[in-house]
Amino acid sequence: MESKEGNADLSPCVTICGIGPVDRTVLDHLAECISLQCGLPCQFSIRIPVPQHAFDKNRQQYNSKLILKHLMELNNRSLKFLAVTRLDLFVPILKYVFGLAQIEGQCAVISTCRLLPEYHGQGPDPVLLMERVKKTALHELGHTLGLTHCRDRRCIMYNATTIGDTDFKHSQFCPTCQELFRWQLNQCGL
Amino acid sequence: MTKKPRILVVDDEAPMRESLNDWLKEDGYEVGLAASGQEAIDMVQKGIWEVTLLDLKMPGMDGLETLRKVKEISPETEIIMMTAYATIDTAVQAMKEGAFDYLVKPFDPDEIEIQIKKILSHQEMVLENLLLRKKLEERYQYDEIIGKSECMQEIFELIDRVAPTDSTVLITGESGTGKELIAQAIHANSQRAYHPFIAVSCGALPETLLESELFGYEKGAFSGADHTKRGRFEMAHQGTLFLDEIGDISMKTQVDLLRVLQEKEFTRLGGESPIQGDVRVLAATNRNLEKAIQERRFRKDLYYRLNVISIHVPPLRERKEDIPLLTKAAIRKCCLEMNKEEMNISPAAMKVLVDYDWPGNVRELENVIERAIVIGRGPEIRPQDLPFQPSESRQEEDLTSLKSMEKHHITKTLDRTNWNISEAARILGIDRQTLYNKIEKYGIKRG
Repeated sequence: MESKEGNADLSPCVTICGIGPVDRTVLDHLAECISLQCGLPCQFSIRIPVPQHAFDKNRQQYNSKLILKHLMELNNRSLKFLAVTRLDLFVPILKYVFGLAQIEGQCAVISTCRLLPEYHGQGPDPVLLMERVKKTALHELGHTLGLTHCRDRRCIMYNATTIGDTDFKHSQFCPTCQELFRWQLNQCGL
Repeated sequence: MTKKPRILVVDDEAPMRESLNDWLKEDGYEVGLAASGQEAIDMVQKGIWEVTLLDLKMPGMDGLETLRKVKEISPETEIIMMTAYATIDTAVQAMKEGAFDYLVKPFDPDEIEIQIKKILSHQEMVLENLLLRKKLEERYQYDEIIGKSECMQEIFELIDRVAPTDSTVLITGESGTGKELIAQAIHANSQRAYHPFIAVSCGALPETLLESELFGYEKGAFSGADHTKRGRFEMAHQGTLFLDEIGDISMKTQVDLLRVLQEKEFTRLGGESPIQGDVRVLAATNRNLEKAIQERRFRKDLYYRLNVISIHVPPLRERKEDIPLLTKAAIRKCCLEMNKEEMNISPAAMKVLVDYDWPGNVRELENVIERAIVIGRGPEIRPQDLPFQPSESRQEEDLTSLKSMEKHHITKTLDRTNWNISEAARILGIDRQTLYNKIEKYGIKRG
């Protein structure tokens, strides 16, 4: 867990970047959502090459924990650093994850792989995909601000373990998580 | 804020431990990590873990052995076994040994989530059940007063109705029945609860002292009165004054008291100006005041002033069904005060208590329990820890044959006379030879 020390030196914005090829419209959409919904200014950084050491041959997936470590090593100077990738992510104990974040830390990564309607046998649906990406990104950003999972199934911070959970939840925080989110931003000087 | 559930993760592979740690922390759990079975056991010994996620294959102490030991130390901890090598045999074995369920690594995120939630909601249900049971017990308790008997339930209802009023209440009952507790409960449930509850034991004080105690005195009121002193009536302003042993006060104090109750004002001894007092009076006695009125020892007008509402607390022998509840409460209280682990009571000892007559009522019961806890050995109160034996209880006197009654009576007399045959024969009204014959006939032996 990263400490909040040194926040003063960080630029008060969210840096968004792609890991490997990522559709630019997805990144633009995310930046717009984060700015509108959280009042956080966003900026883009250049695309990061896929860290091959995170690839697990047996599982044919990428270890999200190693990707997070890689992001941290890049020493980005913004308050939050959010990476988006098409790669299928996992953590060793679980079959897959939609995203991973440092609790009360700087970095988070989300994957569009299992958010794609095509992955679940549906036809392409860019609106649905954007909605899922937005929910997953805001969820992980919530973790970076120290928020834990919420028991309200409609809240962004609900632990969506299936795509059905993600679709069910709303793209907003519940009042309690909203309050916590705001309070934490305030603590960061925003 | 509610307490975070604690989950212990036991796995020899660091990446597994760490990824579970991250995952569970996101869910708001408090997580502990152990890299081996032994480390897990140490952690279980030091604290309470609601759930343990335990790897089956570990070097050294394996998952099954760890499972057994964890369950031994903390049976309430639920264990989910994890393994990369699933076989039905190991799964069945783990479940037989008390595991809650079994997961194959890597899990589906919702698999682990569902299992943990299932365990926690089960544990919540168990806790709720306990709390409900406790609540049910509380129905048999009104503040410090305990009783499930119909008469006590009626008293609890009466306290509920009487407490919010300002009426004077006369509480009657034998010594040790808990009259002061009733008074305290009335006060505690009244609007005066945040003001003083002042108790005066009227019988314990001589007349002059009681007067100065109740009404206070001015400086110089009598020799030795070197300062002005507030009386109990003044101290109880806006609160409740409990006059215990009211049947023992002198005729003069009765007159003074009547005046206070009628005029709601009093004067300190040696004082001139009356003091207004906003005091609710509760009184108690173990005497028969109606008889005292007939014998002209108690004023009829004061009796009617005090007896606006009367509560009679029955003696313990008339509410034997309360004895087990009172006994358990006394054990809990005593053990807590003595910083001892809560003791049990054997069914035989409980029977002795229920059969006894309790002339000293609840106070006597509490003393008997305290004594039993002090002298008793082991985790249970047994009949021999009690100061009286089954033979002293009423039941023995009931359904029994003449022969066994005779044997019992002779044994008791011999024990009382320390086997002095002449003395025992004299008490029994028989000659020595007859006594010898009966000792032989009944096979009575010196204990």
